[in-house]
Amino acid sequence: MSKTKSGLSNPIQVHNYTSPVTVVYRNKPATQNHIDPQKTKIGHTMISDGGEDEEKWLTAGIAGLQQNAFYMHRALDSNNIKDALKYSAQMLSELRTSRLSPHKYYELYMRAFDELRKLEIFFKEESNRSCSIIELYELVQHAGNILPRLYLLCTVGSVYIRSKEAPAKDILKDLVEMCRGIQHPLRGLFLRSYLSQVSRDKLPDIGSEYEGDENTVMDAVEFVLQNFTEMNKLWVRMQHQGPVREKEKREKERNELRDLVGKNLHVLGQIEGIDLELYRDVVLPRVLEQVVNCKDDLAQYYLMDCIIQVFPDEYHLQTLETLLGACPQLQPSVDIKTVLSGLMERLSNYAASSTEVLPEFVQVEAFAKLNNAIGQVIEAQADMPVFGAVALYSSLLTFTLHVHPDRLDYVDQILGACVSKIAGKGKLEAKATKQIVALLSAPLEKYNDIDTALKLSNYPLVMEYLDDRTNKVMSNVIIQSIMKNKTHISTADKVGALFELIKGLIKDLDADNDDEMDEDDFKEEQNSVARLIQMLYNNDPEEMLKIICTVRKHILTGGPKRLPFTVPPLIYNALKLVRRVQSQDDNVSEEETASATPKKIFQILNQTIETLSMVPVPDLALRLYLECAEAANDCDLEPVAYEFFTQAYILYEEEISDSKAQVTALYLIIGTLQRMHTFGVENRDTLTHKATGYSAKLLKKPDQCRAVYACSHLFWVEDQDGVKDGERVLLCLKRALRIANAAQQMANVTKGSSGSVMLFIEILNKYLYFFEKGNAQITVASIQGLIELVTTEMQSDTSTSDPAADAFFASTIRYIQSQKDKGGATGEKFEAIKV
Amino acid sequence: MVLVMAIGDLHIPHRALEFPTKFKSMLVPGKIQHIICTGNLCIKEVHDYLKSLTPNLHITRGEYDEDARYPEIETLTIEQFKLGLSHGHQVVPWGDFDSLAMVQRQLDVDILVSGHSHRFMVYKHEMGMVINPGSATGSYSSMTYDVNPSIVLMDIDGLRVVVYVYELVDGEVKVEKIDFKKTSTTT
Repeated sequence: MSKTKSGLSNPIQVHNYTSPVTVVYRNKPATQNHIDPQKTKIGHTMISDGGEDEEKWLTAGIAGLQQNAFYMHRALDSNNIKDALKYSAQMLSELRTSRLSPHKYYELYMRAFDELRKLEIFFKEESNRSCSIIELYELVQHAGNILPRLYLLCTVGSVYIRSKEAPAKDILKDLVEMCRGIQHPLRGLFLRSYLSQVSRDKLPDIGSEYEGDENTVMDAVEFVLQNFTEMNKLWVRMQHQGPVREKEKREKERNELRDLVGKNLHVLGQIEGIDLELYRDVVLPRVLEQVVNCKDDLAQYYLMDCIIQVFPDEYHLQTLETLLGACPQLQPSVDIKTVLSGLMERLSNYAASSTEVLPEFVQVEAFAKLNNAIGQVIEAQADMPVFGAVALYSSLLTFTLHVHPDRLDYVDQILGACVSKIAGKGKLEAKATKQIVALLSAPLEKYNDIDTALKLSNYPLVMEYLDDRTNKVMSNVIIQSIMKNKTHISTADKVGALFELIKGLIKDLDADNDDEMDEDDFKEEQNSVARLIQMLYNNDPEEMLKIICTVRKHILTGGPKRLPFTVPPLIYNALKLVRRVQSQDDNVSEEETASATPKKIFQILNQTIETLSMVPVPDLALRLYLECAEAANDCDLEPVAYEFFTQAYILYEEEISDSKAQVTALYLIIGTLQRMHTFGVENRDTLTHKATGYSAKLLKKPDQCRAVYACSHLFWVEDQDGVKDGERVLLCLKRALRIANAAQQMANVTKGSSGSVMLFIEILNKYLYFFEKGNAQITVASIQGLIELVTTEMQSDTSTSDPAADAFFASTIRYIQSQKDKGGATGEKFEAIKV
Repeated sequence: MVLVMAIGDLHIPHRALEFPTKFKSMLVPGKIQHIICTGNLCIKEVHDYLKSLTPNLHITRGEYDEDARYPEIETLTIEQFKLGLSHGHQVVPWGDFDSLAMVQRQLDVDILVSGHSHRFMVYKHEMGMVINPGSATGSYSSMTYDVNPSIVLMDIDGLRVVVYVYELVDGEVKVEKIDFKKTSTTT
């Protein structure tokens, strides 16, 4: 055996030492795989067949291992080094099997590992060895088979390093090269893994006890890099062993082993002596070289990810170009976008961790490099699906929003790149549209202000390419963002841009999209548009008017389905504006202000409500006309108010035919009209006359009666110069009485008994109302007469009992009594009424 | 002791965005036994929210309500009090106390709750009370300028009711208290 200067044997020589003891392997099949180390074939199948059999072999292996371990310990106890080594070699021979899957091999390995630990502890005690460490190092190489030999060598090597009788680097170098003797992937991986584990704490790192003149960090790095390289080669080799049909199984098994390879990178990550320079100049290039050259997609994906996770973010920033440069060189099937996304996410978090690091990003031009890299990757992988490209840009966008939130141009650039990627691709698949929505939502969430998003010139372009359904989804996201942040959109231009963006909600984009939507969903959608309309506001009336006109223009494209939802909020926006300018109007003459005058706004209101006729929703339109009439009344614009009333009346006469609807509409007309003070006598008379006419023409007699006596209030307004026409009031009440009588007669005829006296009691109360207000036409006699009428009716045999009427009458009487009890002028007035 | 909330005239989403958050945070489900609503919610979403606060929800129809099935008038008895509920657009002149008193006599109730004018009011008289809870969202009204959001909470205990009105003034909730005692039990 030739020896090198340091006393280590030449690794190439092989020893053929035969064991003096024949160990009988129990429970093992006759065809034992007694492997001649020199004949380890690369093509040897290592995939085990059958789980059950595997279990058996594992059990057998463990049994054999434990048995030999027992003998080994016994030998150690009697300080019989030779025998101990012999039994340990036999024990380790179990690891020579090819029958186990990685998972099961690992179990066997762990037990061996435990035993070797104990062996190492034994040898650490100098007193235990009867020879020097160098001699021991030589002795273990007598083991017959190479695998046990190397395990023992590593174990003793560990003790050797610790003894410091030789430089750590020499021993490490020797070991890592000796391990080349095992070219079988599975066994090799575990062996080298063992080497890595035992050497872990003995690397000549800065500050380590093993550092010295001869041993430097470089040596530690070299060692680990070499081990890593060899392990990766073995790992990749696994891919090509065995039949093609078992490829999936192999990949699964490879995945189980990946952490063994990755561990080396972790070790590198923890070597303190690796500063940025060393990383940049030595470590990264070497690792990347291996990654790229191995041309294996499983390895490439895993190792790229490992590099990103293991090494510090500052290093990544400073070596960005190198790292990214490797990406296009990877196999096309590698999911590089996930890797890049992972990198960008890490960098985003790094940026978020402290503001002090932000200048670094600018200094290394991180954005430009990442942008380029992504572009290159997309180019290189021509058949990358759309959602992949968008996902990449999405990650870059998140990164940009974290690192350069003020650089809207960067954000816009990314969106632009996306546009060019998705343009011309036709209908996009669901995964892609989902990514695009995420892409578009990110700026909204970050800036909390739709204004900023509207500044991005490419934003609407991206939305152009969304299909209708996705446009709606995105539009809803936008509206939700506005609602959440309570942002008021304040200029007509922004409003216009916004409504362009959300056009999926505003109008039908696709002709045959109509029946797809659920009714409730549609309502919810339109209601959110209605809410949005309320968020549009500007203090300046001119601008506000422009906003209103812009909104109007857009919602009119919505068609009959949408107008009932979108028109009302716009009307109220406009009415609120009227209130704002009407107080200003007093100070400024009309010619001076541009166009935001009440008159102008009312014109627009009129035209807008008109559009509801195409739906049609006459009830809603009537209500809106009346609201406008009241607003016009407050502005003293008599002709405008009259016009609105006319429109309302036309609707009542021509469009509202349902009885119940008529009643409600009529009360709204009467109620509104009663409050009008801007009408001159003529106009007022015309409208009042019509209203009373409508009242008398309602279908059901009771409704008629009630509406008519409601009209009585049209002639009595409590305001200072309000009309107080006592006669016309009385006329109304009398008319109501006549109708009530007629109703009673009808009841007699049709039901054989007189109907309820309720109407009479109501009219009585109205008499009392005007009596109290001082209407001279209402006499005590008339009131008395009514009281008697009611009393008689109630007591008559033919009357139907009506507890409600009874109670009403009773409370009316109580009221009269309480008025009497008030004393003073009121008391006097009511005194005359006998109850 | 029964807690009754009176609200109305929210006009969501035509004139108001949402129920004010300051009110929302006050209203915990299960705390209030009855909610009486004068109307004009206007959409189902509001109905569902109110329903989540208490199953005893009474609503009368306002002229803008989406659901046409709400009744025009509703009456209910709580402890010793009879309450009447109606939106108010049917009572002309709008907001006129004497006309509302007539409705109160007609329904023979101690407390009449009615809205439409969006102006919070409580009229006390010998025969009872008329309460207008105003607009819970402070929405636009052709009748009233500068409406503040308001809701009313009644604590009914036997013959006595304490009316709390919560008004949102400049972002802060202000509370006022009004006492009322009935002279006799309901027949």
